[in-house]
Amino acid sequence: MSKLKSTTELKSLQEKLGKTQHRDRPTIVVSSGTCGRSRGSSQVYAAFEAGIKDRGLADKVNLRDSGCHGFCQAEPNVVVYPGEVFYANLKPEDAATILDETVGKGQVVDRLLYADPGSGKKAAKLGDVPFYTKQKRLISGRNILLDPTRIEDYLAIGGYSGLAKALSMEPKAVTEEVVKSGLRGRGGGGFPTGLKWQRLGQGTPKYVICNADEGDPGAYMDRGLLEGNPHSVLEGMVIGAFAVGATEGVMYVRTEYPLAVTNVTRAIEQARELGLLGENILGSGFSFDITIARGAGAFVCGEETALIASIEGRIGEPRQRPPYPSEKGLWGKPTIVNNVETWASVPIVVEHGGEKFASIGTKGSKGTKIFSLVGKVNNTGLVEVPMGTTLREVIFDTGGGIPDGRKFKAVQIGGPSGGCLPADKLDLPVDYESLTAAGAMMGSGGMIVMDETTCMVDIAKYFLNFLQEESCGKCFSCREGTQRMYEVVDRITQGNGRADDLALLEELATMVKDASMCGLGRTAGNPVLSTLANFRGEYEAHVLEKKCPAGVCKALIHYRILVDKCTGCMACAKACPQKVISGEKKQPHRIDQSGCIKCGICKDSCKFDAVVVE
Amino acid sequence: MDVGKIIDKYGSRRRFLIAILQDIQEQERYLPKEALRQVSLRLGMPLVDVYGVATFYSAFSLEPRGRHEVTVCLGTACHVRGSHRILEEFERQIGVEAGHTTKDGEFTLESVNCLGCCAIGPVVVVDKVYHGEMTSNRVKTLISQCRKAQKVEAS
Repeated sequence: MSKLKSTTELKSLQEKLGKTQHRDRPTIVVSSGTCGRSRGSSQVYAAFEAGIKDRGLADKVNLRDSGCHGFCQAEPNVVVYPGEVFYANLKPEDAATILDETVGKGQVVDRLLYADPGSGKKAAKLGDVPFYTKQKRLISGRNILLDPTRIEDYLAIGGYSGLAKALSMEPKAVTEEVVKSGLRGRGGGGFPTGLKWQRLGQGTPKYVICNADEGDPGAYMDRGLLEGNPHSVLEGMVIGAFAVGATEGVMYVRTEYPLAVTNVTRAIEQARELGLLGENILGSGFSFDITIARGAGAFVCGEETALIASIEGRIGEPRQRPPYPSEKGLWGKPTIVNNVETWASVPIVVEHGGEKFASIGTKGSKGTKIFSLVGKVNNTGLVEVPMGTTLREVIFDTGGGIPDGRKFKAVQIGGPSGGCLPADKLDLPVDYESLTAAGAMMGSGGMIVMDETTCMVDIAKYFLNFLQEESCGKCFSCREGTQRMYEVVDRITQGNGRADDLALLEELATMVKDASMCGLGRTAGNPVLSTLANFRGEYEAHVLEKKCPAGVCKALIHYRILVDKCTGCMACAKACPQKVISGEKKQPHRIDQSGCIKCGICKDSCKFDAVVVE
Repeated sequence: MDVGKIIDKYGSRRRFLIAILQDIQEQERYLPKEALRQVSLRLGMPLVDVYGVATFYSAFSLEPRGRHEVTVCLGTACHVRGSHRILEEFERQIGVEAGHTTKDGEFTLESVNCLGCCAIGPVVVVDKVYHGEMTSNRVKTLISQCRKAQKVEAS
């Protein structure tokens, strides 16, 4: 395809591509992000491809390899149009059945439909799957409509129309539209995006950066967008650059996302080829290009000043703000840093108007937010809901509740900077203000659900270990403080906690918060403070009674085989790496506690629930 | 080793230090001392600064890597589903702690703070292939598959 020279040319190409998509034909869409591929989506795709060829259907059926549809738990899954039939947890051999029955005869294959694990009720189409019914997939919903490796697909559904509209406006008016939308930064802080753009300082050149260094453990919505719809992010960046007069953009992607890097790299090349990036974009006289910088595995580089240092080829240490990057950013020039989801929201805001976007959500938090709903929850995946949806709706309606009949204990929101909210906060609406008031934060959108087998002291220890590893070491308070807190919590989990340890932890956490410079340090006390506030009893059990109620902390537990449940199958004895399980065949076994390393493999290998933690 | 070509590709410019190191690591699978010296010389920056960057970022390795690379994700979602126990089992089976390579150069065991595959945790990546919903029972099988693949290649 040749370069587009005007928005009119773009429009006619969009229309032409729209027609050549053959939407009237039966279409099979395979969800194939990193999660899908690890569960075999590539093999499922290949089986469809071969099946279509064998049946001579190449000109009669569309097959699409798309990014993630969000429902990772049901991978590999496909959606078949017409009818939006949703088939979950497929095997390659199911492809032939679907082609013959659904595509060939228009019949739904009942055994391949998704069944709700709670009610066992089958969902005939995508919209009926409980995971999807309460969602509003404004940003992530387009993944299903396109193959992320083809710019044609994005254009065919009207992609880059937001850019075309922006180019017809005054740059200032574009920013005003974003202000009107109430869009706030989706990366963590929640700073109003339009305001950030308005405050961009004087000087040239100006830069825009996409922060795709999604480092929060448990969060992966940015990966979902970069892999599944990279052009939406690029389009947002071009619009932003036009609005503020930037000429260069940098996409800073973490190296742990190889598929995202591949898809974004290809998308940039395609956009350049069509004149949607580069010199004189769509004949508007506006020029802007994007380069990719790969992260190298440092969590702190998600902080904007550290990220900028890393792009400049240096150690990713944050620096004091102000001056903010909007004044002195990349190479000392005015720079806007927004995250992936924020950029992906921009085209929608501009195309449909700020007011429409602002009509979704709550008073202070507009639009939708994508969460990665993971941990001890039935339906894991990427969930997009309007701001203000309650935690209960997300975890129990969309998420389908807690597996194995266990009880909900907490949900961890906001990554290492966030907090753990207990059951009595389940009716909290999810928006920036409510979460912060409850002692957590929106963060980038990780929602890790925990049940009664999760130890909250262990979770605090986990985050402290994470933070002390990832602290860049610049501020003494963060470097030493996270380490000291880790030592104290570690001591508690070892059963050596002292009566005054909890007070000491509170003091340390507050000190680190007050005396550190960047966001990492300033929030490093949160995991401790929020678990102490909401689960103090669990700490006290560790310190005073030397017990771990959740059965996690190794020094405080032991494994035992229940005599009445053990069938003597010997599976545990065979699996035990220490060979400390003894007993005759078909007779109850026992564990020699003196040699047990509490690895838990016996419990994992027992099919009769005869191994218990005490 | 053609480190020179990599540096040329980036026009010997300091701003591309991280990208240069990434390319060297991709090619050599680690950052050899000699390569760091060459980078320092060609970019006209002190070796200590190159070393500083190479050791700050966890994706870089200053030691040769094993033939098989095993990475265990320790993200929060994986953690609550027992990833620490998976890592311990790998450590037992492979015989080295996370961050190290076996003496025979067969395996490098790493842990990572999040791979972003949280829904299918615990996740382990073996030679770039993702394995979700890992259990400690499956660890042995994965390792023996690697060893077998090695033997087939050798024969």
